[in-house]
Amino acid sequence: MVERARGTDIACHLILIGGALLVCLPLYFAFVAGSHTVADVLAIPFPWLPGDQFFENARTAWEKGNLGRLFVNSLIVALGITIGKIAVSLLSAFAITYFRFRYRMLAFWLIFVSLMLPVEVRILPTYEAVANAALPLQWLLDVLDVGAWIGALTGHRVEITVEWNMIDTYGGLILPLIASATATFLFRQFFLTVPEELCEAARIDGASPLRFFWSVLLPLSTANMVALAIILFLYGWNQYLWPLLFTTESDMATAVIGLKNLIPRSDMEPAWNIAMNAALLVMLPPVIVVVVLQRWLVKGLVDSSK
Amino acid sequence: MPGSTDRSPLPLAGEVAERASARRVRAQGLHISSVAPHPPIALSRDGPLPLPRAGEGKATGLKRAHFRHSRLPLLLLLPQLLVLALFFFIPALRALAQAFLLADPFGNRMQFVWFDNFRALLASPEYQSSVWVTLWFTLAQNALTITVAGLLAFATDRVIRTRGLYRTVILLPYAVAPVIAGILWAFLFNPAVGPIAHALQALGIAWDPNRNGSDAFILVTLAATWKHICYDYIFLVAALLAVPPSLLEAAAVDGAGPTRRFFTVALPMIGPTVFFLLVMNFVYGFFETFAIIDAVTHGGPAGATMILVYKVYQDGFVHIDLGSSAAQSVLLMAFAIILTLLQFRYVERNVNYDV
Repeated sequence: MVERARGTDIACHLILIGGALLVCLPLYFAFVAGSHTVADVLAIPFPWLPGDQFFENARTAWEKGNLGRLFVNSLIVALGITIGKIAVSLLSAFAITYFRFRYRMLAFWLIFVSLMLPVEVRILPTYEAVANAALPLQWLLDVLDVGAWIGALTGHRVEITVEWNMIDTYGGLILPLIASATATFLFRQFFLTVPEELCEAARIDGASPLRFFWSVLLPLSTANMVALAIILFLYGWNQYLWPLLFTTESDMATAVIGLKNLIPRSDMEPAWNIAMNAALLVMLPPVIVVVVLQRWLVKGLVDSSK
Repeated sequence: MPGSTDRSPLPLAGEVAERASARRVRAQGLHISSVAPHPPIALSRDGPLPLPRAGEGKATGLKRAHFRHSRLPLLLLLPQLLVLALFFFIPALRALAQAFLLADPFGNRMQFVWFDNFRALLASPEYQSSVWVTLWFTLAQNALTITVAGLLAFATDRVIRTRGLYRTVILLPYAVAPVIAGILWAFLFNPAVGPIAHALQALGIAWDPNRNGSDAFILVTLAATWKHICYDYIFLVAALLAVPPSLLEAAAVDGAGPTRRFFTVALPMIGPTVFFLLVMNFVYGFFETFAIIDAVTHGGPAGATMILVYKVYQDGFVHIDLGSSAAQSVLLMAFAIILTLLQFRYVERNVNYDV
């Protein structure tokens, strides 16, 4: 700090307090609403202080929303996206930075192009891809007219239909969200900063590529992996559009979708206290992650733009 | 930095040389810090990512010490390429194909119709209004987010005590799912139960986002901004921290106050970060606010909050107008690519504040 200016400092504190209040405002009212009975929440004027029904409401919300099951789903999906994406990206980043091979540039640009299109703009075709992941195989069969060939060979008319429906499966929830190369580029960028001497030394010592990857590159990448894992976990837990489309059975929904179903609509009992309580419950795991691992989160976000 | 030598009346030759080299070092440091926060970036759902820098080497990022294998790298790439092929390339190409096809209502027959879907789309008043809504929404959200985040980051940079506490609180919305952010704000402003709506009514303001389009628009913008301030804030705080203290000190010695220093020294230094954030805010507003719209207004009332991404979903899944939905997807894809390239061009012409 260059000089002390009391006035400015106080103004800065006021700005920050204002900002903090703005952030907390909706959270506070969610807490207030979540700790009252329905009648109290609907009362005019709105109760400005928390009531004593918080745990009672939490239990109701947990049971009514089937949140136990949905939390497990969310956890599986979030961890699946986190681990899957990091594993897939590490391998492919290793391949494009540490190997000279034919088609290297082709692979590089295929991955690179996928950075340009956000998932939301290709909702519908991706839905079709998940509804039948074997679609490309089906085309191949149709184009080659395999059925007719078999028919000609065996004398029986054969219709071949392949189907691989991933709706209401964990695979359907996880795989489409892994299909972007964001993490690949993060690791690629990091691998480029790793000193050349390490690889040279490993090669002189006769280490195989996989040995080098496992014993040198992976341990070096730990910090990046942790930072990225936090971002991906939050991303996975907070998904909305995909689970909304890809799950039809209520048992396969995620916590966020379950919460959406608890929000009172015009034809329901206006149980805002339960809904707000559930909102707090569903946001609790990511909030804990952000508060406890804040330093890593900031590092991960800022690094990802380098 | 003119004036830095003026102030020392009789510099010795050695001292001058020393200072000059120090300045060079600083200049290099500056160069690095002004380049580092704004590399070429690509748009993506979960954050910005770097593109390969121009002139990085002919082999585009191949390590000097590398392996020569023909099969192993392909094997390593296989999972990534497989997932991309199934859930990225094929869907994107299908959207492209569908945009030029017209299906009959039962989906039995497809007909190739050239640009008819696009022509019908661009002529439809709903689509035109959706374009305007999206534009105003992203602009309002962008301006609000960057202003508030800038103010908070500036204040955080000056405050020493309790800085960590403020930062933790301001970061909280990053953990909150967009749809939950939407639900929280929809509750606050719900005309029947919401405390803020009650307060507004008590003040005599007729507030009803379910009927009044501009009320709904304001509500959606507020929720989207609330959710996104933390993102800009993280980057701005980091960028302000990277501004070399020597520059600020020099400005202070020249008599510039904190506000003046911010606008004349810090702001130009963090300019590239600000630009990066403006683009990221557009990306957020265009593509990631779907959940907020779905939770708060469903695009209503009367299309007042029908942003383009929500319209793709509505036309595709609710009205089952596949051709139109695909045509909209294609236009959005084109827009996303343009945003990326714009960013790329800007970064190539890198603004450099070497002293």
